[in-house]
Amino acid sequence: MSEKMPKKNMFSLQLDLSSFEAATEEEKRQQVRMRESTTFFKDGMRRLAKNKIAMICLCLIVLVVLIVTFVPSFYPYEYSDQLGVTPGQPSDASYNNLKPFEYGETELARIAAGEKIFPHIFGTDASGRDYCIRIIYGTRISLIVGFFASIIVLIIGVIYGSISGYYGGKVDIIMMRIVDIIYSLPDMLMIILFSVVFKQTLDPLIEGTALAKLGSGMISIFLVFALLYWVGMARLIRGQILSIKQMDYVLNARSIGAKPGHIIRRHMIPNCISVIIISTALQIPSAIFTESFLSFLGLGVAIPMPSLGSLASNALDGIISYPSRLIIPAVIICIIVLSLNLLGDGLRDAFDPKLKK
Amino acid sequence: MDSKMAFYIVKRLLLALLTVFLIITITFFVMKAIPGGPFLSEKAPSPAVTAMLEAKYGLDKPIMEQYVTYLKGVVTLDFGPSIKQRGREVMDLITEGFKVSAKLGGSAAALAIVIGLVLGSLAAVFHNKWVDKLIMVTSTASVAMPSFVIATLLLYFFCIRFQLLPANGQTAAGLILPIIALSLYPMSYITRLTRSSMLDVLGQDYIRTANAKGVSPSRVLFKHALKNAVTPVITYAGPMIAYILTGSLVVERIFAVPGLGKYFVSSIINRDYPMVMGTTIFLACLMVIMTLVSDILYKVFDPRVDLS
Repeated sequence: MSEKMPKKNMFSLQLDLSSFEAATEEEKRQQVRMRESTTFFKDGMRRLAKNKIAMICLCLIVLVVLIVTFVPSFYPYEYSDQLGVTPGQPSDASYNNLKPFEYGETELARIAAGEKIFPHIFGTDASGRDYCIRIIYGTRISLIVGFFASIIVLIIGVIYGSISGYYGGKVDIIMMRIVDIIYSLPDMLMIILFSVVFKQTLDPLIEGTALAKLGSGMISIFLVFALLYWVGMARLIRGQILSIKQMDYVLNARSIGAKPGHIIRRHMIPNCISVIIISTALQIPSAIFTESFLSFLGLGVAIPMPSLGSLASNALDGIISYPSRLIIPAVIICIIVLSLNLLGDGLRDAFDPKLKK
Repeated sequence: MDSKMAFYIVKRLLLALLTVFLIITITFFVMKAIPGGPFLSEKAPSPAVTAMLEAKYGLDKPIMEQYVTYLKGVVTLDFGPSIKQRGREVMDLITEGFKVSAKLGGSAAALAIVIGLVLGSLAAVFHNKWVDKLIMVTSTASVAMPSFVIATLLLYFFCIRFQLLPANGQTAAGLILPIIALSLYPMSYITRLTRSSMLDVLGQDYIRTANAKGVSPSRVLFKHALKNAVTPVITYAGPMIAYILTGSLVVERIFAVPGLGKYFVSSIINRDYPMVMGTTIFLACLMVIMTLVSDILYKVFDPRVDLS
């Protein structure tokens, strides 16, 4: 206590001025934050980092994403290049159905002349296209479909679910009845049906546009996801919103006149972010599953664009002579789906320990 | 069965009926939205022939009239004639294919349930031992495999590499691989489901009581525990049927089983629209009914479940 402060009498009712004294250096030091306070996100990531299986899967997924993003830009072959076909010359059949690390006739001649040629790591397919780059493109397509389909599901599901949960009452009943009905439709059959129809109707519409390269099959997959798959997410979000609605901070926000949109965006969505992260992560593998299934049936991406499902489907015809063509895409689908599943489980354990089974 | 139960069943029945009606409507109008029509192939017939064909199949009438006619047909299980397979009724083709598919799917479902229950109980009894870990790793891995991947790998290894089983699904021995391919995914799912519910049940007081009064371990497991652990598996019956039905589309194609799935896929490729519509409606109704039955059974088996 410094000298300047007047001393307080024992029974005086006056304020004890010494409580308002400037803090000493030592007291100031006590207030210094030793470390950053942890946020919800950081806390979850810390728990995730401890989960070895999830981290291995995350690394695997990052690796695959890096490969499919960057390798095609410097890979010497294109996914649609028929290596035996040169304009103005008869096509060279020696390029078709090459085994892994074999070369076509002209390539062999060039190697004999001392030239270095990039090997066909997985061989070529029946049309003489390098199989490795087709696998890379196929994986890219599968991942893109999985990612964007999940985003579509996320956006629609969150908006629909939060509106239904927030307003409650009649709005909720009507919106949830619609969800119940869509939920009870057999999804895979509806997907097949819509894909058949969209494939026929969209083709003339998108001809000549940038979407044509993507193919009506891909677009119909997205459309189908947007039409049917969001209901699960909507139900989940509605349940969360219903419980968050009871919280005092929502009442507080309403009492100071915040608009519903603002409350949903600023207070409710951030509080169900864990559910959103987890279910989106688990939605991706299921979308990849669906895409590969449709491509296998011939309803997926447009030729010559490959996808893991269509590669496996095409390989079925030559299964006796060229089993590797079937096994490679099959194994890659399994690895991607498995690691995404395990990562999703890891995220669930990390961000919402209550959900752990 | 009290009034609440009856109310629940009536409510679910109404919802199922509405769903079936919706499926028929969606299927009809969505298929009608396809431009070109079914007679448009590489060698297009002359306008006169097309008009005659359309008149024959009733395609020249206004769309609402066609819809009502189709709806009436569906109620009497008449899906009209197939366009690509001359002179055959869609319903005949469906029953023919469904006989094979039902055998395949039924065996796959039975296999999945039996083995899934056994493996799941084993994993729960040996919780955290190597048996449990092995079962969990295998089931987690096989949930990540699409049915066509499982089917093609089985085909390659068992039919081509080691030549143990025929690849052709038309014989009885040839059905073994398709059944395995179809049942692996639901089997793994049931294993995981049984394991978690079994672990829950094994921690209950009445199990401890049974053990304490000297009931033999196998009796405790089968009589006391499994009976209670099996209820969540019933809820999976609906989704399982759905999975097996859609899975059979590709599995039947891979193993050349002459079932409904193979017809469905080939009719998609051939643009045999009445066949696609008929099969979609048939399969969808089957799924809706199975889900309804499994949901109601669940409530019957476990009266504690809240019906609201």
